[in-house]
Amino acid sequence: MTVPLIQMENAQLHYKIGNAISAMMGLPATVKAVDGVNLTLNKGESVGLLGESGCGKTSMGRILVRLEEITGGSAQFDGQEIKDLSGDALQAFRSRSQMIFQNPFDAVNPRYSIRKTLEEPLANARIAQEEWQGRIVDVLELVGLGDPTQFLERFPHQLSGGQLQRVVMARALILKPEFVVADEPVSMLDVSVRAGVLNVFRDVRDRLGLTAIYISHDLALVRYVCDRTIVMYLGRIMEDGPTEDIVHAPLHPYSQALVAAVPTPHVDQSHDPLPIGGGAPDPRNPPSGCVFRDRCPRAQARCAEEIPLPRPIGTRRVACHFAEE
Amino acid sequence: MPDTTIKASSGVARIFEAIKLPVGDPFALAGLLIYALFIVTALAAPLIAPYDPTEILYTADYDLASDLLPGQEGHILGTTSLGRDIFSQIVWGARSALLVGFTAAFMVAFIGSVVGLLAGYFGGHVDAVLMRLADVAFGIPFLPFVIVISAFSEPSIWNTVIAMALVLWRDTGRVIRSQVLSLRSRGYVEAARVVGSSDLKIILRHITPNILPLSFLYGSIAIGWAILTEASISFLGFGDPDAISWGFMLQDAFASQALARQAYHWFIPPGLAIILVVSAGFFISRGYENLLFPKLGR
Amino acid sequence: MAETLLSIRDLSIAYEVGSKDVVAVSGASFDVPQGTIVGLVGESGCGKTTMARALTRVIADNARIDGGAMQFDGQDLAALSERDMNALRWRDISFIPQSAMNSLDPVYRVEYQIIEVLRDRGGMRKAQARARAVELFEMVGIDPGRLRDFPHQFSGGMRQRAAIALALALNPKLVVADEPVTALDVIIQRQILDQLRGLQRELGLSVIMVTHDISVVAYICDRTVVMYAGKVVENCDTATLLNEPLHPYSMGLKNAFPDLQSAGTGVLTPIAGSPPDLIDPPKGCRFAARCPFATDLCRNTEPALTEAAPDHHVACHRASEAAVLRETAKDPATWGAVT
Repeated sequence: MTVPLIQMENAQLHYKIGNAISAMMGLPATVKAVDGVNLTLNKGESVGLLGESGCGKTSMGRILVRLEEITGGSAQFDGQEIKDLSGDALQAFRSRSQMIFQNPFDAVNPRYSIRKTLEEPLANARIAQEEWQGRIVDVLELVGLGDPTQFLERFPHQLSGGQLQRVVMARALILKPEFVVADEPVSMLDVSVRAGVLNVFRDVRDRLGLTAIYISHDLALVRYVCDRTIVMYLGRIMEDGPTEDIVHAPLHPYSQALVAAVPTPHVDQSHDPLPIGGGAPDPRNPPSGCVFRDRCPRAQARCAEEIPLPRPIGTRRVACHFAEE
Repeated sequence: MPDTTIKASSGVARIFEAIKLPVGDPFALAGLLIYALFIVTALAAPLIAPYDPTEILYTADYDLASDLLPGQEGHILGTTSLGRDIFSQIVWGARSALLVGFTAAFMVAFIGSVVGLLAGYFGGHVDAVLMRLADVAFGIPFLPFVIVISAFSEPSIWNTVIAMALVLWRDTGRVIRSQVLSLRSRGYVEAARVVGSSDLKIILRHITPNILPLSFLYGSIAIGWAILTEASISFLGFGDPDAISWGFMLQDAFASQALARQAYHWFIPPGLAIILVVSAGFFISRGYENLLFPKLGR
Repeated sequence: MAETLLSIRDLSIAYEVGSKDVVAVSGASFDVPQGTIVGLVGESGCGKTTMARALTRVIADNARIDGGAMQFDGQDLAALSERDMNALRWRDISFIPQSAMNSLDPVYRVEYQIIEVLRDRGGMRKAQARARAVELFEMVGIDPGRLRDFPHQFSGGMRQRAAIALALALNPKLVVADEPVTALDVIIQRQILDQLRGLQRELGLSVIMVTHDISVVAYICDRTVVMYAGKVVENCDTATLLNEPLHPYSMGLKNAFPDLQSAGTGVLTPIAGSPPDLIDPPKGCRFAARCPFATDLCRNTEPALTEAAPDHHVACHRASEAAVLRETAKDPATWGAVT
């Protein structure tokens, strides 16, 4: 039985920018960080959000843990509109929906010991103080910081990046949430320790049956962690489907370029030129119609007039008028 | 490298850690010594001063002890035209200066920090309202404002202090606000929001410790301004007639034409005291600034 | 084999931190053959960036070259006077930084900055320099019309291209690139790498490419030098490094790296532990504490960098057993199965 935990319908996050002068000059007044996104995430499901910087993947994650409030459409958590939560309902949501931050060196207060860092959520959720020690020991065990007594009284600068990221993970997990957003959790870490953090994430998610969103710009990492992948570009979903299908046979021209661009640790990889050129356009001023059309090798007149909405093709949703070709 | 001096410590101890004293810088050290002398003098004024500063003194043969020169009749710096002991006035003046300087500094740092924290953290309408108030405060000409407030209210040191605080918080508020804006987007502050910490808790636990050094810096700058301003106000005659301050002494000397009479012993000591204490304050804040923002010093 | 353009021997670089020395690069040796791209890989703090910067002799105030030689085109860069080095910089050896924003001054137009370099360093006249700037922009694939732009008007990718153009301005023999694509999105990264490789082939350049990403190395580098905790631990052609590594660290790195080309996702295996403290490095092999194959010999005696196979240098006591170790290394359990 599949029960949706996360539901976004035509969700928008538009930032106001500029001022009276830029408005007089006819410059656009908003950046559409997220624009018209539909997403359903069932309980226990995890999805990778893939895209380049500025594609809106991080904004999506921030909306779902309410660090950001949508400016249009709907984003629901377990049937409740996230932005309308307040008081006790918000506090309850904070226990159920958590985030693992990108930069472990910034995500932990340098003045706080590891114990104090982990006690903060417990105090907020009014967990009885007798339970704290047990919870802390359990969660540190869970994230692979085996000997908790060794870490509890230390301060962030005394830990390595990999250890610190496990502390960040522990803080996110200590209230036993159902849903976790991981925002590029290994991008700041060294290659040799990344695998450890990724393995812990995978393992804990499976063991606790978490619903999860893994945000990354790296397809190889998303593939390692998630069975389902959503490719985003300029605030919109381009393709959504099983990760293996996207890796082996991407349908959207943008996904195709993305897959082709990823280097692999083999000398015999393809060096063919990419099918697309240039960089992403100015997000303040995206093209009409399909936001990808100015870089798309398949673009036609129709693409400039009509925004392609993600439509089902086999196991996937693809936002391209010509996805079948 | 993160600061390795951070240790487990109580809130109070942390504040002291945050407020490191700039003893490395020779000017700042000199400033600190002057301050120490000044504070001790102010605290021990009744012990140090040989006379009550407002007492009208008489010589052994019952004449008014007016306009005595230094050394005469045992008056170290002589007496005023009204027969008051100048040295005692200087000593007691330190007490007024200390009171004015520190209370004004505290109020400036406190008001400025609260405004900066609220405006920076909550943003939106709160920010708009508070920053417009700051703009208004920036538009107020400082000295005339303090004079008007002092003149229209009962002349007392406290009214002068409040008038100063009402204007001087603007700089502190602005600077703290911008600091808070950058702290608000730090990972650990966002993380605290996600784990359900209340705004108050985030402000007190995660943000305030980081802005304390800055409020301290602005507070220490305000000390000098406040002493200087109080001196000006008193010199102009809008001060508290019951409190002996260095500004009041200058006014007294001026009104009694001490300058024309070349009674240097009367107007130079209070002037020197003001210069010493005010510049010591600026030396300290300068050294403190170098400690907080090492790059600016180069 | 091609002629050697740069030959580094026993190079040591130390940073003074407080009263102690941190030896960031310790006795490093490797060659850069003419017309090749040599990758310098390793984790943060392994000394790769320090080494790269030492080649242009632009190092931190508290750093000093502590011995060794850098023979470049018949001269020892380590022994050159500041003045001679200055003459060499840009003309013979140029640098591409990680963030091009740092090498472009925000208040001047890009054209002005390139022309300044060409006039100042290359002794060109203004008209000549202007023509060369246009030529350079065409070479790196930016519309020369954009020369009149300010740096902030460029996207990240364009800035990086401009930095490449600037580095190539005076036809250097050697280009040192410090993580030139790390900050870029994957599509732009690929475009820049293609550009760099194309120009390298076309102009017969030698390039030293500092990176932490072995996929980037695999994509573009002919040879690879692996560094660990200030030491060169392996040095060979890239294909050999990826297929038949001799050093356990190289084996471990490959296990830790996700591979889009593999059939399934498999299991990534981290290398447990972290690099040693360089203020007080261990006396034996610096990798011993994290190495599943370490013996007492490894813990006590530092292995020297030796040519274990033709043109394949490695610093490991057990290099002769590498074929067996490679098989064992593929099993995650070997690495302590730290999840």
